[in-house]
Formats: sequence, structure tokens, C-alpha cells
Amino acid sequence: MREKFFKSGEHWVWFNAGAIAISLVMVVGLLALIAVRGLGHFWPKEVHHYELSLENGEKAHVLGELYEEQSPKGAQDDSETQLLIKNGNREVYGLDFTWIHKKHVTAESFPSDVVVLERREWGNFYGDLQKVIIDGAEVGNDKESRYAAMLARINEVNDVFEDIHDLEKSDIGSVNYRLEELRLERRRLELDGKDTREALAEIAAQEQQLKNEFEDLQTKLNALYAEAEKDSVVVKTIEGKELTVNFAMIVRAFQPNKMTGLGKVGHYFEKVGEFVLEDPREANTEGGVFPAIFGTVMMVILMSIIVTPFGVIAAVYLHEYSKQGFLTRVIRVAVNNLAGVPSIVYGVFGLGFFVYFLGGSIDDLFYPEAKPAPTFGTSGLIWASITLALLTLPVVIVSTEEGLSRIPKSIREGSLALGATKIETLWRTVLPMSSPAMMTGLILAIARAAGEVAPLMLVGVVKLAPTLPVDGNAPFIHLERKFMHLGFHIYDVGFQSPNVEAARPLVYATAFLLVLVIILLNIAAIKIRNNLREKYKSLEH
Amino acid sequence: MTAEAQIGLEQNDKAGGFNPEVVAGEKIALEVENLNLFYGEKQALHNINLQIPDKKVTAFIGPSGCGKSTLLRCFNRMNDLVDIARVEGAIRLNGSNMYAPGVNVADLRRNVGMVFQKPNPFPKSIYENVAYGLRLQGINKRSLLDEVVEWALKGAALWDEVKDRLNDNALGMSGGQQQRLVIARAIAVQPEVLLLDEPASALDPISTLKIEELIHELKNDYTIVIVTHNMQQAARVSDYTAFMYMGDMVEFDKTDTIFTNPGQKKTEDYITGRYG
Repeated sequence: MREKFFKSGEHWVWFNAGAIAISLVMVVGLLALIAVRGLGHFWPKEVHHYELSLENGEKAHVLGELYEEQSPKGAQDDSETQLLIKNGNREVYGLDFTWIHKKHVTAESFPSDVVVLERREWGNFYGDLQKVIIDGAEVGNDKESRYAAMLARINEVNDVFEDIHDLEKSDIGSVNYRLEELRLERRRLELDGKDTREALAEIAAQEQQLKNEFEDLQTKLNALYAEAEKDSVVVKTIEGKELTVNFAMIVRAFQPNKMTGLGKVGHYFEKVGEFVLEDPREANTEGGVFPAIFGTVMMVILMSIIVTPFGVIAAVYLHEYSKQGFLTRVIRVAVNNLAGVPSIVYGVFGLGFFVYFLGGSIDDLFYPEAKPAPTFGTSGLIWASITLALLTLPVVIVSTEEGLSRIPKSIREGSLALGATKIETLWRTVLPMSSPAMMTGLILAIARAAGEVAPLMLVGVVKLAPTLPVDGNAPFIHLERKFMHLGFHIYDVGFQSPNVEAARPLVYATAFLLVLVIILLNIAAIKIRNNLREKYKSLEH
Repeated sequence: MTAEAQIGLEQNDKAGGFNPEVVAGEKIALEVENLNLFYGEKQALHNINLQIPDKKVTAFIGPSGCGKSTLLRCFNRMNDLVDIARVEGAIRLNGSNMYAPGVNVADLRRNVGMVFQKPNPFPKSIYENVAYGLRLQGINKRSLLDEVVEWALKGAALWDEVKDRLNDNALGMSGGQQQRLVIARAIAVQPEVLLLDEPASALDPISTLKIEELIHELKNDYTIVIVTHNMQQAARVSDYTAFMYMGDMVEFDKTDTIFTNPGQKKTEDYITGRYG
């Protein structure tokens, strides 16, 4: 029986099936873990009110979200279980989180009137709404009307903040950009010795004009800020301490204990939308990650644009033109070994060669007026893309070569026999037919590059980039700028954040988003490849 | 015993190899002179002399590995693609040696079209397949291309079958249609010589018949050299036949003569099916 089993080769089938099953379980499990932890973060949690009776006989109250229940290491029984509560109110308690002993809890309730304020500074506030002061007068005479008035005012103020954001980013940003350009222009003239009085006067006039423009915008901006800041609410913590919170500080307010299921779903999607579309706040622990998504996608696309031609040209040379011999063997081995070099080594190389040497040379040649501040001579998007292109070059070369060798000889001969030269045959027939293989290489390259973080830290990624690499100021695409990246964002939020507990769910959410972005980029590439395959299905005789 | 000696032993009354009297009075399109071809150390063609008459069909027959395809591929220098191949001697197309230094191989191949054993259409539309050679010459004018594509497809007896689906992928056609498409592709650039390397060996009998009929049509305009395994086919389509054996040109004569009254014992043995 046993002999028969082994003889039939069935055990190999079981081995294979087992290996595949384990891989699947790992992939699905990983995705499920980060999805559940990450996506759960945005669900509005109920606010607990704990009454505590401490060992010294004092009574205490804690109001907040229950984050975690944990027994300390070596705990004997459940009585030592501790609860991690997010009680917010950082200006009062100093920290967002507090641990309480479960055995101290004497009562637990869910007061329905609890208001949560998400703020631009100091984190969340948990407590009761006391007064809403609009234009110096109290508004509302019962809880509901006060709350409604507050929500209405928050919406208005948020609209004002949108205007402020637009004004700061586009209008004032543009004026500043042009002022900087003028400064550089003047410096350039000085360096070239062309700083005649007329030219300088011309620049000064333009500068004056911009400065006037700036003054106008500044006045407008101040008015907007005054409008946003004129009203406030008075809230009370669970201990009875009253705080005045300016409307300009409040992002949104909600009453989680009162929310209906539908309300929670709405709140959830609002938060997810904010996460995907907004800029980060509070040292990246609040708000969104849009700049990081943008940076990741843009870097991957740039990398693809750079790596494809280089990889294809190298593969075509190796496969079509070079004489096969010792040298090509050495080159192939070298290419394959490049794929195994640790990515941080590429980062170091990128920093030394691309950033300091190439970028420095570009600055010397084209941007002497900006010195000593570097333009291209510092880490930036373009250098990160080139470094990653170098990193992924081997996979593109290898798969393109594979594709080239799969083109039937008869097709090449058919083209040559019609009077095509070698380059015409390559260009018109062989390369289009091997384009699916190139895309395969690119897919592998994208998969590798999008998840790479270590080299990026050296050549262009920052914790917080003030501007996107694409904006409304000519030349619109600023490849020399630093950028944010989801992978680095995970590292930064998870390990460099002052507020570790608050950041943890964001780590999962960001990781999930990163995986999603990579999957989407890959699906796009695979779609393109399948179209090409359909178009150039090779001859099967 | 070398192949030459072997043939020498079995000689009949006539001398072997090429006899210029056979083509006396014909205009000569291709002239092969003392052609030797080596693959590395191994010699694949031995001192071939041959004259291929203009606007006639010349068939190369012989057992597998006798060098008939190799010789055919010398006529458009396809053997250049084989790194280790080395050619000595001369082949003259209309009097000029195609192996002389400085000859533009692409131009040569445009004048000497070739159709391969297996149909090898490009993975493009039918229209683009036929237009390929013209586009290579920089002809991109739509009206001119339309005209030539239609003419070439008619010339290859394919027009009626495909005129409604010129933009379909050529790979969707049947094998026989593909082979006629490849012929259309070859004649679209109006070569002087058309080389057919066992053009029907991968096709069914009906498609083979169509190709043979087509060869009859085409010989009015082109000099055709066809390599075939199939002696009946050679007898049906060709005017002249060359029998090759182990890299030697054993006999060249009018097809009728070869098949009815071969001058060499080897030829007779082959065409009567004693070997090969």
C-alpha cells in the first residue's frame, strides 16, 4: 500500500499542493491582517465612561475609547488585566493614552452626550459641550441646538479653511515661487556680469509688483483667519475642567455614542476619504496620506519610464548584436548579480554618484545662481527614480532577452527576405512582438520598486514634503523636489512618531494602502501586457 | 569513398553536373559559378555551377540534407545569417556578382524574394503584411499601398478570399491562405526572382494544388526557383530540374528529360524511388 503510494508519485502531488496552500494562506493571512487592523481604524468607536476606585480610596473618572485589553507579562490572573484608553485631551493630560487597571473599575457607561472633537492640534477632545459662542454671544438653549449650531459653524469654518488652503498653496505659493525666480534671475545676472542698472531696475519693479500682490493676498489671508478664529466653543472634560476651543482648531465633531449604524458608515467613509485624499496633520499621525500616495505612484511611473528603454536597449544589444562569447557571459552574470545586491547599496551609490556627482555637476553647470543652496545636487524625486531604475534594470534585461529569444527565427527571416535591414526587422517586427515580455519585466520591476524603502531614504524621500512634485508653477513638474512615499511613511509613522499608540493603526492602514497601490499599478501593467499578447500572439506551429 | 567518386563510378554515357547546352537560347537570370559553401570545417556545397533561366521555373530536388535548401538560400544571401557559414565562388544576378564586396544585401533581398517552408506571416493585419516590404522602402502613401496590396493579393490568388477582412490578423488565416499571403508579400515588392523553399510541404493537398497553380501563373513575370521534396510536384510545376546529392549538383536538365531519360544513374535511382 505504502509502496504503491510512493510509486504512483502521489506524494509529490501532495507536496506541491501543500506548498501552494501554505503560500496562499500566508498571502491571504497577511492581507487580511493588515486590512482588518488598518481599515478598522476609521470606524467610530464608542466612548466609554469608567468610574474608578483607586487603591488609596480616591475616586476617578476616565472617558475615552477602549483600545486594547492586556495582561502584563507574568500576570497571575485576570485581576491584573489593564485597559488602554484613548482619552485624548492632550493639553490636559499630556498624553493621548492612559492605562487603567480593570480591577479598579467600579462602573462603566456610555454617556450619549459625549462629544468628540477632532482638532488640528492637541489631538482629539472627549467631553461635554457646554457653550457655543458665536459673534461673542452664546447660541442655543438646549443640548441639541447647541450641538447643531456647532456642527453648522464647523462646516462654515472648514469652508473658510479650504479657501485659506487654496490661497496659501496656489496664490501665495505662486507669488513666492516667482519671487524666488526673480532672486535667482538677479543672481544669474550678477554672475554673468550683466547686472546693468536697467536690468536690475526691471527685476526690482517686478519684485515690487509681486510684493504688492503678496501684501494683498496676505490681507485677504488675515481676514480669512480672523473669520475662522472669531468663534469658539466651551467644553468640559470628565473631571469638570472647562476648556475653550476655537473653531479654527476643530476639524470635525461627532457623538459616537449617539450614532446610528448608517451614521457610523457615513463617518467611516468620510474618514477613509480623508485618509486617501488629504494632507497629513500632527506629525503624520492624523489626517491623510495623499502626498505619499502621489509620491509613490509618480516615482514608480518615472522609474518605469527610465528603466524600460535602458533595459530594452541593453537586452537588444546582448541578444541581437553582441557576439556571444566570454564577454557576454560575463556581462550576463554581472547583470544577474546586480539583481542580488542589497537595495541599500544602491541607495549609497545613488547618493554618491547621482545626487552628489551628477546632481552637483548639473548645479555647477546650469544653476550656479542658486548656490550654495543645491537644486539637483540634493536628494530628490528624479534621483530616487533613477536609483530604483538601476535597481530594477536586471529584471527588465533578463525578461526582455527571454522575449527576444522566443521570437521564431522564421519571422526574422521573413522580414529580412523582404529586404529589411537588421534594425528595420528589430524595430518593425521583433520588438513589437517581444513587447509582452518587456511588460513582464516591467511588472516585476514595479513590484520590486514600489515596495522599496531603504534606498529611498538616502536619495529623496522625506517625512513631510511641503509641496507636491507637480503643481501650477511652470515648469509644472519639479523633479528635483523631495517627495513622500508610502513605504517610508509606514516607517516614519510606526517608529519615529511621538505618539506610538495613535500611530499603530495608521501603520496598518498605510501598509494596506501601499499594497493596494502596488496591486493597482501591477494590474494596469498586466492589462497592457495582455492586450499586447493578444495583438502579437506569436506563431505556434 | 567521396560522393564525387561514387557518382563517377555510376556515370552513364553523359557527363555529370551542369551542361550549358541545356539552357542554350534562354535568357539567364542567375548564374552560379564555382560555388563552395562551408559550415565551419564541413563543406556543404561542392563547386556548384549552374545557370537558371529567366521567367522559368527551376526545381531543385534531392534527398534530405543534399544541400538544395542551402543552395537556394545562397541566392538571397540568407546564409549570411549563419555565423559559421562561409561562401566561395560567385552568383551573378543579371551579370553582377551578389557576393562581391560592397553589395547592399537588403537591396539584393528585395530583388530576390523568398517564401519559406512554413508560412511565416507577421502578427499584423493581412493588409500590413503585404504592405510590409513597401513600407520598408518608405512608401506610406495610402492610395499607392491600397493599389499594390490589391494587386499583390490578386497575383497570389488570395484577393477574393480576404478582400473583406484586410484588417484582420493574418494569423487567423488557414495555413494555405497564409502561404499565399506570404507569396503576395514577396511579390508586392516586385522582385525579379522568387525563391520557394518547399512552399507546399506544410500544406494539405487542396492548398498544395492552389500553390502549384499559382506558380504556373507567376512564372510569366518572375524567375522562380523552387526546392521540393515531392518529385511529382517538381514534374508538374517546373521547366528545369536540378538533382542534387550530398552537396553536389548531379544533374541539371529540362524537367521532361530528367524524369523520362535521366543522364545519371543516381538521378534515375532517386526518381524511381530507390533511395531518398
